[in-house]
Amino acid sequence: MRDPHIQFAYLDERTKRMIRRAILKAVAIPGYQVPFGSREMPLPYGWGTGGIQVTASIIGADDVLKVIDQGSDDTVNAVNIRRFFQRTTGVEVTTDTTAASIIQTRHRIPETPLHEGQILVYQVPVPEPMQHLEPLEVETRKLHALQEYGLMHVNLYEDLAHFGQIATTYDYPVLVNSRYIMAPSPIPKFDNPKMHMNPALQLFGAGREKRIYAVPPYTSVESLGFEDHPFSLQRWDQPCGICGSCESFLDEVITDDQGGRLFVCSDSDYCAKTQAAGAQDAPSP
Amino acid sequence: MKHQPLLRVRDLRCAYGAREVVRGISFDLWPGEVLAVVGESGSGKSTLLNAVAARHTPSAGTVEFAVRPAAGAAASLQDIYAMTEAQRRVLARTDWGFVHQHAADGLRMNVSAGANVSERLMALGQRHYGRLREQAADWLQRVEIDPARMDDRPDTFSGGMRQRLQIARNLITAPRLVFMDEPTSGLDVSVQARLLDMLRMLTREMQLAAIVVTHDLAVARLLAQRMVVMQGGHAVEAGLTDQLLDDPQHPYTQLLVSSVLPP
Repeated sequence: MRDPHIQFAYLDERTKRMIRRAILKAVAIPGYQVPFGSREMPLPYGWGTGGIQVTASIIGADDVLKVIDQGSDDTVNAVNIRRFFQRTTGVEVTTDTTAASIIQTRHRIPETPLHEGQILVYQVPVPEPMQHLEPLEVETRKLHALQEYGLMHVNLYEDLAHFGQIATTYDYPVLVNSRYIMAPSPIPKFDNPKMHMNPALQLFGAGREKRIYAVPPYTSVESLGFEDHPFSLQRWDQPCGICGSCESFLDEVITDDQGGRLFVCSDSDYCAKTQAAGAQDAPSP
Repeated sequence: MKHQPLLRVRDLRCAYGAREVVRGISFDLWPGEVLAVVGESGSGKSTLLNAVAARHTPSAGTVEFAVRPAAGAAASLQDIYAMTEAQRRVLARTDWGFVHQHAADGLRMNVSAGANVSERLMALGQRHYGRLREQAADWLQRVEIDPARMDDRPDTFSGGMRQRLQIARNLITAPRLVFMDEPTSGLDVSVQARLLDMLRMLTREMQLAAIVVTHDLAVARLLAQRMVVMQGGHAVEAGLTDQLLDDPQHPYTQLLVSSVLPP
């Protein structure tokens, strides 16, 4: 499988060491954005160059890799990144969440709970949660340093004032380890509670913005809110149309041009497993 | 408490490169007192204001502020440039206010008026949406903005409203000292008059000390108890406003006073 003409995991060893140093620092200061020398990758920005660099610097020959995009193992982004690592490292790949040692993800956290020893790598487009309100990075870094986070609530206030509820549904800001405010990458806020006290190591890579940050295992991750409008999760009034799960995050799929629609799990691995378990339990006719 | 000034400035000097624009200014500001700084443009009055408000590090001299004491302790003057930046910033958004000449510099133009007014409260850790809105509505009323406009963005407001919004945003934490840089210039005359009336009422009501930089002697006359006249970085004359305007001693002050057109 592995192309012998390409350096293992594409990046040269000095680059990997540089990225590992950034990762170590990020793990030591949960939620803090560590600058790193992001490299040009053979994929365009927006395809997860940050996540790929993080994965490339931590992957070893005996790792088992799973790559998901919006929860699914078989979308374009996931397939290409998986193929990239197969070709450059020759590691074993899987779609099974529990079997993977490294999971690179775009926009979702798997429904199946992660366990100790696993590493979840996020692809991050905008690492700075306050960027919309404070465009100067010099200033946002100062705000982080001095823990002046009033701005984040200005954002939520605006949502409430205009929509009557907190309308931010993805990339919902979190407070990590009671210290740093962090952008959890564009995962749905449905996934935010999964970050809290998660036994897996969570690494975030932003390639274009040249930042790495991390949430170490068993770290508190608290979603922001107001006392009278606390953080809340969205709910669906129907189960998954394929596996019947009521616990998972559902995508709306248009099935025909008559307005027919189907709500299905966005996590394809979870959906398939739930379906298989359901088929086993069901009494045979 | 009353026997100690709120702000003490001693021999303050500011330079841009080799050029010194503020050349040794000293004054005391007492609690509840409004001081006007007047002078021609380029005389160093805005630089002086920025230096006193911890926005421009002076090249020499001291700025001391009577920091609100911890419970039981006596208030003491503290050099603001000897504080850590974190302390200075806390001071700047609790006990101080800064009203910019252009409201757009002091407001967040892309968030609603309500969010603008309550931002300082959120920065102080208030996390109750209902109460934040109550306080914001109260303050909008006090600066004569219809609370129904609370969810509109300031870029839909008129110049006078923006300026009043900026004032509400600064006063919501009940500061003891407000810096104003030409608060009324750029507004038409009738709006100016209303704004000045409002400022005078608010400063009196809240026992607010203020330093007002202006080139308009009428503003100084209406708002300030004391004034400093600046020229070329020096304070050429200082004293009670009425006394100074009615009986100017320094040739430059005489020129200023005589150049105002009688209405």
